[in-house]
Amino acid sequence: MTTFSGKGVYGAVALGKVSVFKRRETTVKMLHVDDPEAEKARLAAAKAAAAAQLQEIYDKALKEVGEANAQIFEIHMMMIEDDDYNESIESIIDTQSVNAEYAVSLTADNFAEMFASMDDAYMQARSADVKDISNRIIACLSDEGTQTAGSDEKVIICADDLAPSETVLLDKDKVLAFVTAHGSSNSHTAILARNMNIPAIIGAGNAFLAAVKDGVFAAVDGYTGEIFLDPDDETRTRLEQKQKADEEKKRLLQELKGKENVTLDGTKIKIFANIGGVDHIGAVLANDAGGIGLFRSEFLYLESSDYPTEEQQFAAYKKVLESMAGKKVIIRTLDIGADKQVDYFNLAKEENPALGFRAIRICLTRPEIFRTQLRALYRASAFGELGIMFPMITSVSELEQIKQIVNEVKGELTAEGIAFSDNVELGIMIETPAAAVISDRLAPLVDFFSVGTNDLTQYTLACDRQNAAVEQFVDTHHEAILRLIEMSAKNAHAHGAWIGICGELAADTTLTETFLRMGIDELSVSPSFVLKVRDAVRRTDLSR
Amino acid sequence: MLSRKVSIVNAEGMHMRPAGMIAKAVKAHPDSEVILKADGKDIKAKAVMQIMAAGLKKGTEVEICVSGGDEQAVLDELAGMFEDGFGE
Repeated sequence: MTTFSGKGVYGAVALGKVSVFKRRETTVKMLHVDDPEAEKARLAAAKAAAAAQLQEIYDKALKEVGEANAQIFEIHMMMIEDDDYNESIESIIDTQSVNAEYAVSLTADNFAEMFASMDDAYMQARSADVKDISNRIIACLSDEGTQTAGSDEKVIICADDLAPSETVLLDKDKVLAFVTAHGSSNSHTAILARNMNIPAIIGAGNAFLAAVKDGVFAAVDGYTGEIFLDPDDETRTRLEQKQKADEEKKRLLQELKGKENVTLDGTKIKIFANIGGVDHIGAVLANDAGGIGLFRSEFLYLESSDYPTEEQQFAAYKKVLESMAGKKVIIRTLDIGADKQVDYFNLAKEENPALGFRAIRICLTRPEIFRTQLRALYRASAFGELGIMFPMITSVSELEQIKQIVNEVKGELTAEGIAFSDNVELGIMIETPAAAVISDRLAPLVDFFSVGTNDLTQYTLACDRQNAAVEQFVDTHHEAILRLIEMSAKNAHAHGAWIGICGELAADTTLTETFLRMGIDELSVSPSFVLKVRDAVRRTDLSR
Repeated sequence: MLSRKVSIVNAEGMHMRPAGMIAKAVKAHPDSEVILKADGKDIKAKAVMQIMAAGLKKGTEVEICVSGGDEQAVLDELAGMFEDGFGE
């Protein structure tokens, strides 16, 4: 047995055979051709095929790793179309009467050399991109399809590092785990492993790469970052048990479906789900959430190239309410600005966007946008159990203005003879320290509070969420934050309002007991965390 | 021919993404020829690799020269992209 260790990027255990990822080595021979025009026609066909492959990879990457990570393939497509690159290839074919493979390979070397000689590490690394696209064209010229692993067995993929296109093209059904010698926790491999819920270890080192062989049995522990090649019986048994424990936990969670969210001593709490689009309702229902505690309405604005109309919004809200069949749905009004930008709002660039023109500040300044959303929401309220929640509140007067507009909208609908529910609950996000501190003044004006712990943490600890340099100063369990939540809970209850938590902290089961003791009425978490939190609630005993 | 001087505000300089954005924008206007003059070089703006290879850093002054087609519109579009830091 040999043990190596790296950094685990997804906690899970896998045991199985290793498949060492091999890159296709293309050796290009120089051949004399009599008809350069025919050679250029072959080149054009190969380039078209390469571009089609890249388009496919781009589409796949867009789904699996998101636009920011997929963009590289769009640029690869442009590089294939680059005039200088193509002029160089064609001129080599014409002047030397050689095959297209050789011309591409020579051009690739020249361009790669040019990038490699630049004085900037980022640009030096671009020579890999030139080689990547050139190899793709050469492979298309040689008429080889994309390489797929031959075995039907699930394997542990081991590699020095995986290029984005390589990761995206792997057959996901056959991957047990990823182990790479290099790479960062933000690499494509890491992102993909997290999306696929399979163990992944990065940075296992060159010694690992030298030792690992195809077909060797290995055990991967994504929790500790350890890889055991040819594990001894004891290690194998230990990891198999760990894997079993994981499965047992998953099974238990499945068993918890349909069970009440009640502590051992009989205290009940609601567990709802947070979602950001109509597509996610399936996950909410599959995980047995009691309702939707935060429906982010931004997707309607982000997916559209102009302001979504009242009809478009109404259709989306109605669909959510109907799909949830009488379960509570809390829709948060528009929360853009800060890290979420929408072009057609034409918002000015700001020095401190988190402290800037966002969320309710936009809605109160441009009430026509707000009114459209409120009309759509109230019209949809006739089809289910709606709650409306307003983000980024800092003062009583903001809330009074909001209620004034709400009343006007309701008046309009009544005058137009349009039906809406009389039982729409109105609430606010507690995500600024100001709102928490004056929660005694805000509570009488609302039906509920929902604590947005992510922004509350950012504003209370003065740590920008987007700034990695201050990450080390962010303590999500900071006493100041917990005290603000407790204060808000006390004030909500004193005025007959209920209080929920919809930030990431709601899913932190080390705090479940704390929240239950504060009297929090609802926790709203990602659909996949609903049952985990239910499990934690059912193990808690507040009488002790 | 119309031209305007802009400077690069992105911290990373003209890396892959901005270079790709420029080349893409220029290719959308086949009637206009666009040259970027910077660091004593003439760079064809539709050639993504040439832009990258020029290795233009933050703070570099770039003169955008547009000839043919709707010169003013193309110039405004490109200058706007530089000024807004290519959306970064």
